[in-house]
Amino acid sequence: MRYLLEYFKKYKLESILAPLFKMLEATFDLLVPIVVAHVIDHGIPDGNTRIIVIDFILLLAMALLGLGCSFTAQYFAAKAAIGTATGLRHQLLAHIGTLDFSTMDAIGTSTLVTRMTSDINQVQNGLNMFLRLFLRSPFIVFGAMIMAFTIDSRLALIFVVAIVVLFAIVFGIMAITSPMYKRVQRNLDGVTGQTLENLNGVRVIRAFGREGDQQRQFSEINGRLLFSQLKVGRVAALMNPFTYVVVNMGIIAILWMGSRRVDGGVLLSGDIVALVNYISQILVELVKLANLVVLLGRAIASMGRVGQVLDTRSAMEFSGNTSGDDSSSEAVRFDHVGLRYSSSGDEALSDISFRVERGQTIGVIGGTGSGKSSLVNLIPRFYDATSGRVYLMGRPIGEWDPAALRDNVAVVPQKAQLFTGTIRSNLLWGDESADDERLWSALETAQAADFVRQKPEGLDEPVSQGGRNLSGGQKQRLTIARALVSHAKILILDDSSSALDYATDAALRRALKELPGDLTVFIVSQRTSSIQHADMILVLDDGKLVGAGGHQELLETCPVYKEIYDSQFKKEVSA
Amino acid sequence: MKKPTVRRILELISPYRLLAAASIFCALISSAAQLAIPILCGYAIDAMIGEGQVFTGTVLRMAVIIAAVTAAAAVAQQVLAVCNNKLTYRICRDMRESVSGKIHRLPLSYLDGHQSGDLVSRMVADVDTFADGLLMGFTQLFTGVISILGTIIIMLWLNGLIALAVVLLTPLSIFTARFIATRAHKYFVEQADVRGEETALVNEAIGGQRVVRAFGHEERTLEEFDKVNEELGKASLKATFFSSLTNPSTRMVNNIVYAAVILIGALSAVSGSITVGQLSSLLSYASQYAKPFNEISGVVTELQNAVACAERIFELLDQKEETPDRADPVSPAPEGRVELHDVYFSYDKERPLIEHLSLKAQPGQRIAIVGPTGCGKTTLINLLMRFYDPDRGEIFVDGADSRDMARHDLRGRYGMVLQDTWLCTGTIRENIAYGKPDASEEEIVAAAKAAHAHSFIRRLPEGYDTVIRENGADLSAGQRQLLCIARVMLCLPPMLILDEATSSIDTRTEARIQAAFARMMEGRTSFIVAHRLSTIREADLILVMKDGKIVEQGRHQELLENGGLYATLYNSQFAPA
Repeated sequence: MRYLLEYFKKYKLESILAPLFKMLEATFDLLVPIVVAHVIDHGIPDGNTRIIVIDFILLLAMALLGLGCSFTAQYFAAKAAIGTATGLRHQLLAHIGTLDFSTMDAIGTSTLVTRMTSDINQVQNGLNMFLRLFLRSPFIVFGAMIMAFTIDSRLALIFVVAIVVLFAIVFGIMAITSPMYKRVQRNLDGVTGQTLENLNGVRVIRAFGREGDQQRQFSEINGRLLFSQLKVGRVAALMNPFTYVVVNMGIIAILWMGSRRVDGGVLLSGDIVALVNYISQILVELVKLANLVVLLGRAIASMGRVGQVLDTRSAMEFSGNTSGDDSSSEAVRFDHVGLRYSSSGDEALSDISFRVERGQTIGVIGGTGSGKSSLVNLIPRFYDATSGRVYLMGRPIGEWDPAALRDNVAVVPQKAQLFTGTIRSNLLWGDESADDERLWSALETAQAADFVRQKPEGLDEPVSQGGRNLSGGQKQRLTIARALVSHAKILILDDSSSALDYATDAALRRALKELPGDLTVFIVSQRTSSIQHADMILVLDDGKLVGAGGHQELLETCPVYKEIYDSQFKKEVSA
Repeated sequence: MKKPTVRRILELISPYRLLAAASIFCALISSAAQLAIPILCGYAIDAMIGEGQVFTGTVLRMAVIIAAVTAAAAVAQQVLAVCNNKLTYRICRDMRESVSGKIHRLPLSYLDGHQSGDLVSRMVADVDTFADGLLMGFTQLFTGVISILGTIIIMLWLNGLIALAVVLLTPLSIFTARFIATRAHKYFVEQADVRGEETALVNEAIGGQRVVRAFGHEERTLEEFDKVNEELGKASLKATFFSSLTNPSTRMVNNIVYAAVILIGALSAVSGSITVGQLSSLLSYASQYAKPFNEISGVVTELQNAVACAERIFELLDQKEETPDRADPVSPAPEGRVELHDVYFSYDKERPLIEHLSLKAQPGQRIAIVGPTGCGKTTLINLLMRFYDPDRGEIFVDGADSRDMARHDLRGRYGMVLQDTWLCTGTIRENIAYGKPDASEEEIVAAAKAAHAHSFIRRLPEGYDTVIRENGADLSAGQRQLLCIARVMLCLPPMLILDEATSSIDTRTEARIQAAFARMMEGRTSFIVAHRLSTIREADLILVMKDGKIVEQGRHQELLENGGLYATLYNSQFAPA
């Protein structure tokens, strides 16, 4: 909520003017019955046409003024609400950019996207409606009551009773139905889930001939949905007749008690007409208010979720300003490193120590969940080690300036991620100032030059969202080229050649070896063939480093490595 | 609105005729009662002329009548709402049921060619919108029309001139609303476009956050985002502001109508042609009269939406289904013999895929399918399982043309384990018994043991009763695959279709899966999408696929000597770089 307050301050004028003009409009609405009463009580009995015409003009003027006020109010409300939403979106995305990956993983990507999009939209809607209606509806409800008091204080008591009862009915029914609507939503999710299951499993379902059973299951869930819909429908439907009865009882009471007052000479018949008009207005506004409360409830919940993300602080601090040290011959050193993603979970890495010299090629191998990605993610400081220390070029990684750190370490993640634009715009991520020659040489090394050349527009070939117009292998090679464009001294390939066939994979490794300079390369892979020629192979098993050394050495000394190798290769040779 | 769609909607309603009739009847009563009340109030007010001139008897009588009418209207309203709910939600249930049933009968070519999200959205969102439209139609259309007609008649009866003024002026409010709505629509489309663009950008920026960070691109990404964000702000302001003009504008028109009624009414009252009570009734009508008009214009849009959604649903329901099985299907004795004879197949007629493919698999033989990722190995599985039918040529199973067999029978002869594992929501036990729901406990445990799945199942908190949710999200990929193997183990049909694991499974589980596969394959004809050299070398026939085509077939040694694609693949995979 406090984030919203900041925006209220920023749009102070709009936030005040919008409800103000709305109330002005409502005031005109409230005055109408009084004017009508004036016509009936003074214009008609006296046959005074002048009064009638003047009142008519007054009503017209109020209609036009009301329109003007309302337009003004709508404009300011929209401006404040949308300005706030736009600002919130910027603030949120900027904030997401500062979160560390442990935090982001915990929140989840899809959740963050929902916060950015639909949640902020809800906030925008709610705010807009709040500025427009939240003062107007109560104003009319209580305004009508006050007007009634100005006409006749005893008859006005009917209004007090009616308002209380109507309020109880409208909000009571809402309170009863809202958990029931949630149940309907859950059942609807169930229908969605079952449909998805049937679609995703269509081959297995048909292979086993279980179509009938799946359909029966669906019918059951579908039936539950129907039942919950009917149940809530029955209760929600009570709102109309109940409120209708209350309003009409109010009218009866006004007529009956009013007739006595007219008889006693206290009131005129025009006053009775005015009172009847007022009581009808109350109901309309109460229903609007109820709907507004629902909308606001949703908006507040959304704002709470957005606020939660904004409240999350990055657990990682960048305090250092080291920007590389060329004197050290060491590229990366791990000193008893442990990593735990969440305080409750097991260690993803424990007690890892190794040292890598510049220019070396390092293979990292192990089964799924053995911690390969976790290990290499520590080098660009995507995560901080929970115990031990990581050194980059001789300096503790925490002392590095973030920009310098990222200039020195290039990562090719497991999931090939490209961005909307062109092949060139994607490659330039590595280095804004790179010329075509540099781009092509990176493409050559990444084994991507051939297919880029075949594209009708070459480097300027468009890349659609997420690179959907490229094959998996092409995307992977482009992400490798992108990393090569940068001047990084350390290149990390995180299982990033999995979509390449063996021949291309081998060619890529050869080309990386032939690059000039002392590029240090980490290759994470599941295939022994991809890493067996590395200078050093790190073998991980269940988060522990169980072997480090050359291929032959490991075959003799490391049973886990031998097992992996055998499963992929050696057994076949002996078979 | 196309007539056939409307007629089909009416057909959907027809089983619930009685409810529909009750709904219309109640709408009549409730509208009539609501129309009567202003008149009754008018009478009561006319009974109060002034001090000492109040006819208490009349007022009392009117009060009683109003109470009675209110009660009738309230009951009618409640019955109306309940009828309408039953009507719409039951129709929607029926529609969902047919869509779900349809999914099981659609050919796979349709399901593969359409995103599941799209089909689900028809099932959920479209049916929902349809329900909303139908419900609003039933609730507001009839009552609205009845109210409008009733109001006009009563006003004509009370005072012709005022009636004429109201009837002529009120449509103004509808035109105003329409006018603004069409303008606003343009801005809404613009807003939706920009919003889509922004969502795409947000997806990229957040989904690719690792890359953004790795390249220090945060600021640039934020700048790009701000540009679109700014644009969205502008588009939203226009759309929101313009659409928010509708209510005030129609309200103004109504206020003007109201003022006109007062002017004419008061002047008529002065001349004595109407009473004050009648004027008060007329004013009530004038203010109520616009409401059904506005509602109806809303209902018309909703109904148009509903019809559009119904069309999308009907379109799905009208899709051609799988060709039905022969009425007298043949069922040869299961042996495990498969023969493809000059088969042609392609998904897209423009791009031929499988051409001129013939192969013979004798009972007990192993056929390995190899090739780079995405080479179309699944196409062959699709044809064998008759998920797709070949364009030309025949597939014989145990000597019979597979098209002469019932699909159920044909598919039952194959045990299929795909890498893309699928488990149903239910317990582990139910999943293993998926192909044989009446299997005994012993059989299930035996199958799990044979599949090397028993030990991990036993270690789960609920053992065989552990409920699998979301396709087994809390099981590892390897464990899911073991369950799929156990599922086939329980039936053990004469032929197998197996998909060997690639790199996503750890070595130990993979060894288990291999052992389970080996055990299953004993004495069975097997088609294996192979990644392991041992499987390939021991195969009786190797099919080498590339770009969806079978480019080579033969035994290991033969193919190596040919020096074709197989030789290249073999050398790059297993020879030093």
